[in-house]
Amino acid sequence: MSASSAFNDEKGGSSSVGEPEYGHDPASGGIFSSDYKRHDDLKEMLDSNKDSLKLEAMKRIVAMIARGKNASDLFPAVVKNVACKNIEVKKLVYVYLVRYAEEQQDLALLSISTFQRGLKDPNQLIRASALRVLSSIRVTIIVPIMMLAIKEAASDMSPYVRKTAAHAIPKLYSLDPEQKDQLIEVIEKLLADKTTLVAGSVVMAFEEVCPERIDLIHKNYRKLCNLLIDVEEWGQVVIINMLTRYARTQFLNPNINESLLEEGGGGEKTFYGSDEDEDEDEEEKEKKAEVAAMAKRKPYVMDPDHRLLLRNTKPLLQSRNAAVVMAVAQLYFHLAPKAEVGVIAKALVRLLRSHSEVQYVVLQNVATMTIKRRGMFEPYLKSFYIRSTDPTQIKVLKLEVLTNLANETNISTILREFQTYIKSMDKDFVAATIQAIGRCATNIGEVRDTCLNGLVQLLSNRDELVVAESVVVIKKLLQMQPEKHSDIIKHMAKLTDNIQVPMARASILWLIGEYCEHVPKIAPDVLRKMAKSFTNEEDIVKLQIINLAAKLYLTNSKQTKLLTQYVLNLAKYDQNYDIRDRARFIRQLIVPTEKSGALSKYAKKLFLALKPAPVLESPFKDRDHFQLGSLSHLLNAKAGGYQELPDWPEAAPDPSVRNVEVPEWTKCSSREKRKEKKVEKPFYSDSEGESGPTESADSESDSASGSESGSGSEESGSGSESEESEEGSESEEEEEEEEEKDKKKKKKELKKPVPETESEQSSEEEDRKIKRKSKQRKSDSESESDEDEESESESSQSESEDSESEIEVKKKKKTAEMKPPSKPVKKETKKEKKEMSLLDLDDFEPAPSPQVTPVNTFLSNSLVTDLEGLSLSDSVLSPATIAPSSVLKNYELLHRITGEGLSVEYCFSRQPFSPDANMVAVQMQFTNSATSDTKNLHMEDVKLQSGMRVKEFPEIELLSAGETAMAVMGIDFCDSTQAANFQLCTHTRKFFVSIQPPVGELMRPIFLTENEFKKEQGQLMGMNEITEKLTLDAKCRNEHAIVQRVTTAANLSRVPCGSDKECRFAGRTVTSSSLVLVTVATKEEGAAQLTVNCEKMVIGTMLVKDILLALTQ
Amino acid sequence: MIHSLFLVNASGDIFLEKHWKSVVSRSVCDYFFEAQERATEPENVPPVIPTPHHYLISVLRHRIYFVAVIQSEVPPLFVIEFLHRVVDTFQDYFGVCTEAAIKDNVVVVYELLEEMLDNGFPLATESNILKELIKPPTILRTMVNTITGSTNVGEQLPTGQLSVVPWRRTGVKYTNNEAYFDVVEEIDAIIDKSGSTITAEIQGVIDACVKLTGMPDLTLSFMNPRLLDDVSFHPCVRFKRWEAERILSFIPPDGNFRLLSYHVSSQNLVAIPVYVKHNITFREGSSQGRFDLTLGPKQTMGKAVESVLVSSQLPRGVLNANLNPSQGTYTFDPVTKLLSWDVGKINPQKLPSLKGTMSLQAGASKPDENPTINIQFKIQQMAISGLKVNRLDMYGEKYKPFKGIKYMTKAGKFQRCVWIAGSDRYYTNRASLIIVTS
Repeated sequence: MSASSAFNDEKGGSSSVGEPEYGHDPASGGIFSSDYKRHDDLKEMLDSNKDSLKLEAMKRIVAMIARGKNASDLFPAVVKNVACKNIEVKKLVYVYLVRYAEEQQDLALLSISTFQRGLKDPNQLIRASALRVLSSIRVTIIVPIMMLAIKEAASDMSPYVRKTAAHAIPKLYSLDPEQKDQLIEVIEKLLADKTTLVAGSVVMAFEEVCPERIDLIHKNYRKLCNLLIDVEEWGQVVIINMLTRYARTQFLNPNINESLLEEGGGGEKTFYGSDEDEDEDEEEKEKKAEVAAMAKRKPYVMDPDHRLLLRNTKPLLQSRNAAVVMAVAQLYFHLAPKAEVGVIAKALVRLLRSHSEVQYVVLQNVATMTIKRRGMFEPYLKSFYIRSTDPTQIKVLKLEVLTNLANETNISTILREFQTYIKSMDKDFVAATIQAIGRCATNIGEVRDTCLNGLVQLLSNRDELVVAESVVVIKKLLQMQPEKHSDIIKHMAKLTDNIQVPMARASILWLIGEYCEHVPKIAPDVLRKMAKSFTNEEDIVKLQIINLAAKLYLTNSKQTKLLTQYVLNLAKYDQNYDIRDRARFIRQLIVPTEKSGALSKYAKKLFLALKPAPVLESPFKDRDHFQLGSLSHLLNAKAGGYQELPDWPEAAPDPSVRNVEVPEWTKCSSREKRKEKKVEKPFYSDSEGESGPTESADSESDSASGSESGSGSEESGSGSESEESEEGSESEEEEEEEEEKDKKKKKKELKKPVPETESEQSSEEEDRKIKRKSKQRKSDSESESDEDEESESESSQSESEDSESEIEVKKKKKTAEMKPPSKPVKKETKKEKKEMSLLDLDDFEPAPSPQVTPVNTFLSNSLVTDLEGLSLSDSVLSPATIAPSSVLKNYELLHRITGEGLSVEYCFSRQPFSPDANMVAVQMQFTNSATSDTKNLHMEDVKLQSGMRVKEFPEIELLSAGETAMAVMGIDFCDSTQAANFQLCTHTRKFFVSIQPPVGELMRPIFLTENEFKKEQGQLMGMNEITEKLTLDAKCRNEHAIVQRVTTAANLSRVPCGSDKECRFAGRTVTSSSLVLVTVATKEEGAAQLTVNCEKMVIGTMLVKDILLALTQ
Repeated sequence: MIHSLFLVNASGDIFLEKHWKSVVSRSVCDYFFEAQERATEPENVPPVIPTPHHYLISVLRHRIYFVAVIQSEVPPLFVIEFLHRVVDTFQDYFGVCTEAAIKDNVVVVYELLEEMLDNGFPLATESNILKELIKPPTILRTMVNTITGSTNVGEQLPTGQLSVVPWRRTGVKYTNNEAYFDVVEEIDAIIDKSGSTITAEIQGVIDACVKLTGMPDLTLSFMNPRLLDDVSFHPCVRFKRWEAERILSFIPPDGNFRLLSYHVSSQNLVAIPVYVKHNITFREGSSQGRFDLTLGPKQTMGKAVESVLVSSQLPRGVLNANLNPSQGTYTFDPVTKLLSWDVGKINPQKLPSLKGTMSLQAGASKPDENPTINIQFKIQQMAISGLKVNRLDMYGEKYKPFKGIKYMTKAGKFQRCVWIAGSDRYYTNRASLIIVTS
């Protein structure tokens, strides 16, 4: 109430005389006493002790600011209240300060100390708002203070304050660009921040301050990709746009092969053909070209990081925010392989249902896209049909898209649609439609005549605008094949009597002049008429009349000599100097006189030269050199601050820059590491002498797992904590790993020569590496102690580790065959440590140190057990691979009695169903115990839940009495235990039957190593994990029995495990390939714990029940 | 990014300005006014206008232009989307977003804008967070504030800002726990002269009003999720779960929000629930035209078609219309030539019709423009696509909430091409079709 009344007072006052305006000028302020009083009044209120009065005053002042009234003379009175306790007064004072501080710098300085105090406040909200205001006050003197505050806030505990710091960076930069270097340091630090809250803001700061420092992104690239889905929507837009540019500099063009085909060598050849004189040079060039071609011919393998980006942005197409969708769309358009770009079309079409402003922007971009990739939008043609309720600008854009989409197959539909548009009452739109028809006609030869006929019909339209526009378009079309259409030209000549639109008249005259040979009788008559009305014509028409006269004079001087003279004489005295000039010029040129020079000989050539037909082009052609979705693209002009989208590099830059494991700031160490990386790979990836593509393929799978962890975090919303803890332990783990490696290497050297080709190099490398590693370790520990908060790009780390561990596993297998393993050093299961609740993420708290240790032991433990696995692997692997055919359970499908002698049993054979890997194989056994034969046994009328599919078994033509037959059918249950219902038909009867799978049959076994198992399990925490305590059945207390019962209950395979107290099983669901992990940990007295990790919670729950049942009975 | 914001009303006055960086003179809006003058219709003002030093990006909502001033490259959709979000927030806070409402709450507006943008970059746009920072004005609160001098600015950092679920505040408490979902569908259709459908598509949204205590975790499943061709979600929806199981799993924001919007493509046959029979003729040389329009329900599964509103833009040559509706009322505006007929409910036994004559300008030739017909209607208790919610489950909280699902169908844009007797041309009727189901 108070607010509104205050405002009303204010409004009432201002509407009467607009007094506050006089307040600008202190001199006049004195004269108008009422105004003077009013501000006095406010000052008084601000000086009072009562908060409510102050608030009232501030509200009135803010209302003044909002209306653009000057309130600067109140500055001293307001600034005093900056330390006010009342939080609303304070906020409004801040509003005032930010608005006027720039104008009253000296006074503004009075408030600085308050903010400095605020920066130290224990409340993060106050710290943040103090920083916000401090950085918003544009006073150059306080730049050092701001710098300090930003630096401090950048390492604040609270991510909210860090976010504010990121926001403050561009503010300071715009105030004083000389601070750039220091600010870049802060940006670098904040880029490493792992909270989603900060990510968007810091990338924003990066884009404003140092968009050219793309090298800062390398280390954070994977993290940004993985966090993306959890960042707030505005941040997503900024990050996606930045990553588009990044990807353009770092990856190869995924369409490189196609573009090679399209452009062909043609361009190059002609180019080289031209400089034949330089033979040597050419040869060299040719060689180069060959080399380049060779390089291109090499199969393109997408960089896994490139793939990561595409994969992680795709879900964002489903965002409710149009800007995010557009950002993803442009990313796909600029970065994705041609075959994949199509996915964005649907999302963009969806945006067409949004507000008209959104439509406008989206259509502009679609128009550009349709020129390059027409096929993408063709299925959505109808979505671009125009409705009478659309604003004109939208209509015109839709028309543009429709025109771009037109091709031989759909042109008739489009033209029919266009025909209805011509009837529209919106004249601008009608004109645009006629233009569009013209463009369709030029682009698609088949319909040119149809279009032309249609346009000619329009010439009899009652609306002059329509006629005029048609004339202009027809003129362009006729230029392509004039000789066929002399009757159209005649028709148009008649129009000169009626049509008044100057542009159309001019077009007609030009046409007649140009093709006067085709209409030899009419042309002079037209000129006669025109000469009559010459003085009343518009300028462009007059010019064309002169042109026509000149052309006729040259071709048919007998009839038109006098007319031409007359026209030229009229033109001579025209008011417009262009026309006078033209007349003079033409007279000199065509009328032979003594003075006239050599030019007149060529007059005919000059005027009657063959003119090339105009090309009707889309205005959106070539707009795609601007990044789509950008302001520059929309305006087709470079906007300030636009970052050019770079061309694809010829050769991909070193991808290893992105797998930095420890934060290293010096270049030399990073180079060292890169080298090391390179050596490492071939060394570890033994046997297959790995070349480029395979290598990258290898790492692609790594990155896949990396991204899984990222998206997993999205699911549970708790990703970052586990990441954090993982990360904390990483360096330690590394140490362990090294030790281990060293051991192994020694073993290798002793026992088994490493693959011949690499052995030399590798042994050398090893030594070097050990040294380097130890160095690195030092730096690790240093950096850790230095910056607790400092994050590393965790995803990349875990990835690279993965690859290492994977390779290790391979190697282990090898060595296991060769020699007995060393005994485990220590053993401990601390798996519980990884179970973190879903929602207790508190990402701004620094990782507490006690947490680090147990995780560490867990991880190192896994390594130890890995080692142990070496010894067990032989024995352990065998039960897993046993096909439990003996334990297949038969179910009854049709009983002998109901089946009238025919009985059917089925079992889940657990064999892969070859026609479709997504189906579960069901083996059916038909027994005919009746006395007569059964014929034509087949199935019919399959009733399924949506999504389910069935592959029917082949018809059994004859089942003699007393015989049995087998058949296999496949059912895709869509990972649900819904029954598949169908009818079993014989030649006489039909039986309704249904097959319902136990949940254990909805999966297929997969092979995992212990390491992989643990890793996967780590990603399936929280809601995806179900734990149950149980007491084992007395007969089932040994490992073998447990394995048997579990594998009977569910189609899983055993995972090798170092401990005999634990049995692990792994599988994937058949349809969606979701992981299913089962762990049975036994304890004393038959007590046990069953853990099931599965992405699909329903399946997990059901599976727990089934296995519980199997183990307890 | 966003430098300044100007709010311009229908008569071209700037009634509010806000600057996030240095002050930009309001004279920059002159470029906008120029463009506004050039545009014939208010909605034809280009959303992006370049000026020598700035770029103006504007949206038009509730007859107010929100003009943002931009100085450098920024995705235009980013700004447009943000401006719409601002309008939504105002609407959320003040119930309506009119000039008067904004002027009355100018301080709250300013506080909101201050929180929503920092240095031109969006800071807090989730309505739940904003409501914790700045309490929406209510009569009671303003009274209390006047008396006690307390404020409507929150003192604590909103918990949502830092939690994993940024869209939901913590510590929500209700005595009645309720969750309502409205399934609203719109049909867009273009129908040709013979009555056959050229395109028809259904666009649907599920709007939710969730008032539940604590941190409930909801799952909503459909009987026939495969119907949904293209969906976009509120950020709270777990995308992976949808991908895998076609189940909506989410921790809802508190209060009203749009859970998802979806699209049912034209591949699935869309049944048009209404048909129009029309006979509009103009005779050459006569100053009279005949007008005959009949509406009827079609495939409504027994549900009544309600709130039917037919409007048609008659050709400019028509001077007046003398018509006789069998039910409802009609108006004809001789200036804009807009005919509108408020039909009300369609009674299948007695179909509503509108018949009569139109008088044409004497001596003028037969109009060759085609009248367009818009139809708006609602059908209660039917979802035209056949989408059905299977069940709604709640996890994470102990209490039993009250759950309600309402289906609505509305007409979107609906277009017809009709053959005019005595004429050999098409004309287009564009009609909006709204069906509402509960």
